Amino acid sequence: MAVKFDIQNLNAWFGSMHVLKNINMKIEENAVTAIIGPSGSGKTTFLRCLNRMHEITPGARVSGKVLFNGINIYDDGVDPVMIRRKIGMVFQKPNPFPMMSIYDNVAAGLKLNGIRDKKILDAAVRRSLELANLWDEVNGALNRSGASLSVGQQQRLCIARALAVEPEVLLMDEPTSALDPIAAAKIEALIRKLAKNYTVVIVTHNMQQAARVSDYTAFFYLGELIEYGPTKQIFENPKHELTKRYITGEFG
Amino acid sequence: MKISQKVFPFFCNLNIKFILQLNHFKGDDIFKLVSALVASSIFLLLGLMVYELVKGSWLSIQTFGLNFIVGTKWDPAVSKVFGALPLILGTLVTSAIALLIGIPISLGVGLALSEYMPKKFGLAVSFLVELLAAVPSVIYGLWGIFVLIPFLRNHVYPYLQTAFGFIPIFSGPIYGGGVLTGGIVLAIMIIPTVSAVMRDVFLTVPNSQREAMIALGATKWETTKTVISYARSGVIGAIILGLGRAVGETMAITMVIGNKFQVWPSSLFDAWYTMAAIIANELLEATYDLYISALINVGLVLLFVALIINILARLIVWRTLRFTRGIARE
Amino acid sequence: MDHYKFRVVKNHLVQFLVYLALFLALVPLFSILYEVVVRGFSTISIEFFIKPTPTVGEVGGGVANAIQGTLITIGLASLIGVPIGLMSGIFLSEYGESKLSVVVRFLHDVLMGIPSIVIGVFAYALITLSIGFSVIAAAFALSVIMIPIVTRTTEEALKLVPMSIREAAIALGIPRWKATVTVVFSGAKKAIVTGLLLSIARIAGESAPVLVTMGFWRWWFAGFDRPVANLALDIFIFAMSPFKNWLTLAWGSALVLILLVLGISVAARVLTKGRY
Repeated sequence: MAVKFDIQNLNAWFGSMHVLKNINMKIEENAVTAIIGPSGSGKTTFLRCLNRMHEITPGARVSGKVLFNGINIYDDGVDPVMIRRKIGMVFQKPNPFPMMSIYDNVAAGLKLNGIRDKKILDAAVRRSLELANLWDEVNGALNRSGASLSVGQQQRLCIARALAVEPEVLLMDEPTSALDPIAAAKIEALIRKLAKNYTVVIVTHNMQQAARVSDYTAFFYLGELIEYGPTKQIFENPKHELTKRYITGEFG
Repeated sequence: MKISQKVFPFFCNLNIKFILQLNHFKGDDIFKLVSALVASSIFLLLGLMVYELVKGSWLSIQTFGLNFIVGTKWDPAVSKVFGALPLILGTLVTSAIALLIGIPISLGVGLALSEYMPKKFGLAVSFLVELLAAVPSVIYGLWGIFVLIPFLRNHVYPYLQTAFGFIPIFSGPIYGGGVLTGGIVLAIMIIPTVSAVMRDVFLTVPNSQREAMIALGATKWETTKTVISYARSGVIGAIILGLGRAVGETMAITMVIGNKFQVWPSSLFDAWYTMAAIIANELLEATYDLYISALINVGLVLLFVALIINILARLIVWRTLRFTRGIARE
Repeated sequence: MDHYKFRVVKNHLVQFLVYLALFLALVPLFSILYEVVVRGFSTISIEFFIKPTPTVGEVGGGVANAIQGTLITIGLASLIGVPIGLMSGIFLSEYGESKLSVVVRFLHDVLMGIPSIVIGVFAYALITLSIGFSVIAAAFALSVIMIPIVTRTTEEALKLVPMSIREAAIALGIPRWKATVTVVFSGAKKAIVTGLLLSIARIAGESAPVLVTMGFWRWWFAGFDRPVANLALDIFIFAMSPFKNWLTLAWGSALVLILLVLGISVAARVLTKGRY
């Protein structure tokens, strides 16, 4: 299978705090890669470096290369806005635009990029909601406010919104930690379905979720990539002592 | 075919060439620059204000120099001599009266709204107090002339004079308007703003402070004393803010104070003048350059006084209320 | 009297004083509203709203020209003040951490504390001395009063929109400036409109700066380089005059003005009740 992200010597800072130390890894295309590790290990920072969201925080800094489809997204001439259209993100706490309807939420990315044609928008909204397993539940009520849905539905709405601009990658930052177990299970099933056509990178502090949902797993600890490999191998046969201790629940 | 291929044909092949062409760096930078420029217009505005006021006052400054501030003669007709001391005194004295009357009441209102009234009533009454703040100055003046003055002249001042007439400031003819009336109107006008600020300041006092006192067996008043003490810099700031407003008030005061230029009034019931009032009354009548310049000079002095008072107030109150700001974070 | 009783008495005394203060503060409000309504009501008639200001001694007449003039002046002032205020508010909220922002914010606060008569003198020196008593001068003065109010309320309104909304928009691949102008703005719309309404209510009631930049005008709109009638200023002129019919008009005008100003203020509060 092909490599989607080739991360080389990635370092990240918040001011003088060195939060990511020399990360080197290759992320597979059309697979689910889970990032696990205790709090403070830099998982979220790592994720945010992949779509250049880390740098919007004042005082944040990055060095190294992130090759996406072979091109370094941190090159001088590269526009972060374009990057974010190809690499979508879903956040921990669902954040639909509260003053917009369901329809407008999903269409937001397209509209803001100048797409006005109603037929195209209708088709895109339907497609995205179907992809996010939300279409059946909201069809007919697309004009209701985005905030009127349950939390689990809101998260799927956010996924639909991210998918509408047709990214190649979906970055998910602890997407189920704010949800109840049933809603979480629906998201996990959705992730497996999306993996067929999208590259999914998911940060999770829930090891069982990583074991259920991902093809590859990366274990981060205190800003360093400790171990990375096929999920089966990481969980059954971790090579690194630290990984073993984390998996068995000794810390974190 | 994917929608993206139909509509964003250039999207599909992420090669360097098109990345370099569609550059959003420029959009963000332009926006930041434009908004910064517009926001910085405040520098231009304030600078221009000071410049125009100084330029307009220049003739007067050249003619009278610093004597303008201590001069006590204002004679546009014959000797063409202008001095602003009585005006400065008038402004300060009426403002002082306004504070004397207004601050205790504002304190009471602020406490009522934050400590004493049950929440629902508190909101409704706060709303009423805010309405008071929205009433235009002219209407205060109109009410002052036709309602307050007759009331004071017939029902209050005579008794004041009977009771305290042996003190010079309470003797003298009563015609209704004058210094005391001016002070009262100013007090009424500053109460809404000052009480609102005090209320806000008291509300920022953490509940743990009150609870600590209550747990020690304190009465409501004793608990309240703690709240006031905790918020004292905010209270002082609110007072100074009130002073700033009183000093700058124009229409209402000119409608009730009598507009009589004199170094010192003979009593609280005598007429007087303030800096703001003389500008409002005479600028349109000023027919020659020195006269106009003198009035602009008064404006410059007033600006100076108001600026000092306001900067002081802002620094003090701002420090207390500062932590209620900031972009909401989840 | 033992100490405990003393404390209790003191406590009750203070409570009484606090409510007394509240009563004293509210009495003028009710008195003003009462007097304006009672004295102004009899003046109100259809004629009142149609006819312009009468000459001294003439019976009848109305405030039609004052309403026209006030609307024109406010409109012109808003044309200048609103865009500048909005942009400044956006700058302060989105780029608020920079040193420039701190200074700009402080200066806006300073401007808010400058007496309106001084701003009137400024406009007088800048514009009236060259062009003459005119709507332009008055509108300029009013816009200067407006700007810090609009800036402050816009900034506060935008700051209330949570960071997560901004991040969601940026993550969709929208440039930062577009995210601000569309998504963040629509989230803050109600609060921003409230701020605009409040600033308009404020300048509608201003008479001091209008007096020194424009002066009294008895007729209809006659050009931007000439004065125009103003409701608030007319009240001042009428009230200070000895003419009976003008005095009556003063109360009628006061009623109209107070309804306008309080009406806008109330509408603004009501708007902020329902957030999203």
